[in-house]
Amino acid sequence: MKLRPFRLTVLGLSLLIPAALCAVVLFLVLYSGQAIVFNGLRFLTQVNWNLGDLYDDPVVVHGIQVPAGANYGILVFIAGTLASSAIAIVIAVPLAVGASIFLAEIVPSKIRPALSMLVELIAVVPSVVFGLWGIAVLVPFIGHYLSPNGSGYGLLAASIVLALMITPIIASTLLDALLQVPRENRESAFALGATHFEVVMKAIMPMVRTTLIGGIVLALGRALGETMAVLMVSGGGLNILPTSLFSPISTISSFIASQLDSAETDPTNMSVRALAEIALVLFIITLSVNACAKLLSSGVLRVRKRA
Amino acid sequence: MPAPNFCPRGSYVSANALKSPRTALELRRIIIGRIGWCLCGLGLLLVIGPLIDIVAVVTWHGIAAFSPHLFTENTTGPNGGLANAIAGTFLITLFAMLIAIPLGVSAGIHLSEYGRGKLASATRFMSDTLTGTPSIVLGYFSYIVMIIGLGWGFSLAAASITIAILIVPYLARITELSLQQVPNTMREAAYALGAKDSTVVFKVVLPAASSGVLTGALLALAISVGETAPLIYTAGWSNYGWNGQFAHEPVAYLTYVIWTFIDQPDAKSHALAFAAAFLVMVVVLAINVGVRLTVRRKKLV
Repeated sequence: MKLRPFRLTVLGLSLLIPAALCAVVLFLVLYSGQAIVFNGLRFLTQVNWNLGDLYDDPVVVHGIQVPAGANYGILVFIAGTLASSAIAIVIAVPLAVGASIFLAEIVPSKIRPALSMLVELIAVVPSVVFGLWGIAVLVPFIGHYLSPNGSGYGLLAASIVLALMITPIIASTLLDALLQVPRENRESAFALGATHFEVVMKAIMPMVRTTLIGGIVLALGRALGETMAVLMVSGGGLNILPTSLFSPISTISSFIASQLDSAETDPTNMSVRALAEIALVLFIITLSVNACAKLLSSGVLRVRKRA
Repeated sequence: MPAPNFCPRGSYVSANALKSPRTALELRRIIIGRIGWCLCGLGLLLVIGPLIDIVAVVTWHGIAAFSPHLFTENTTGPNGGLANAIAGTFLITLFAMLIAIPLGVSAGIHLSEYGRGKLASATRFMSDTLTGTPSIVLGYFSYIVMIIGLGWGFSLAAASITIAILIVPYLARITELSLQQVPNTMREAAYALGAKDSTVVFKVVLPAASSGVLTGALLALAISVGETAPLIYTAGWSNYGWNGQFAHEPVAYLTYVIWTFIDQPDAKSHALAFAAAFLVMVVVLAINVGVRLTVRRKKLV
């Protein structure tokens, strides 16, 4: 076989991407190893996150040095992540479906590109700007009009900001699918005497259902990993499970972002290891959600070919 | 009986042209339709409204806080300007792009030109996975490897490499997609003239796809200017400008100003936060609007 230096060079450079991903997984696993041994399954089931006494002599458990009284449980953050993402999806899906149906069916095709560009632009606004808007506009609004305790920071604010951030993902996926539905479907529904709205609901939406679900799962993956906007408006709840829409929460990602200082002050490095374990958990969650989205979108192609 | 006039919307012919009274069922269906359309329109309003409000609020407060000394003075607590943060964001972005563009474009070339078989599809899958990985996880990875493991401390090098890891998959994907749109006959013609692999790519395929690759680079630039989460654990913060060190020297960046200064109690800090947000937002939106207006509805991202 002939040696092809150029092909080998670009092959080598392209392999750096898988190498980077493997390095991320490998180093997170290696670094969190001691934490995984120390925490066991309690990590996922306990509510209490306690760094222990950082100034006292560390104690040795199973041959691992930990600060006295340290206990790492992330159930609160898992609950916060799942709750905020779930509520965000509940808010975002109707908005995205309504908006994309309106764009596809009512808006004249001359101004449709402009409006759909606006929708897509929402997805590129940096999340820290969303957080700033949340603090400046949304949190005072919730605190003033909705919240019983007068504080706007919490689960509801985080969910609304997340919902705004993921709506364009669902909407642009759905809009593309809606515009690709064959004319015959809509025309035959019109010929049967359906009103325009019935055509959309009964003849077009069933055609794009799988795409819609794929888009929702993709958006869920984004919502689960979102950091800055949530960190800024969630209120940073610790050690207590959220009980209402207005409870302060922390998500897994926002908690990691907020723990820099405490990670630096721990002489045993155990909290850094525990944070690596949290990052690993977050990675596994988003990986499985994104894999679901991928499976769903490949399933769509199969259905289209059959039809 | 009036002549049945032609109506382009065929569904309404029976109701309108024959003027027979509507049955309760027909009325209900029409009313449900009207309500449905109103709800859909409301959905669109609620999606676009917040975007307009975000742009309006940030622009309003940002311009109110604008002054020339933002660009000339370093941040000193709530006073001063943003010169160090602007320089830091510029440097982080610059070095991230310098690392990411050769890697991302090469990976895109490989995947588009020679990427058949299991290895390439595995690379594509891992690249997508890396795109879907939360940026805070990447930041934390860099923290344990570069800050702790290699002992670099908060530094420009760690920050740039982290951002590069974040944007390489985007660049690879967009390069691959735009190279694939170059017709195969051009490659065949070049090979038939006896061109080498590298000549075909650099003299024929890349020039033909240059607008797509440039689009990818600009979108990656927008991403790296707006990122915050991966920088918290890698860049740190510094009240001073860059002194030429790549390691052991924290750098300032604009998005840090946004999320920490807005939590301060005084109005001056808030003004700085809004000014920083305005700068970041203008850069990101300008790049994206510009790209979208020139490359109309090509599904690249």
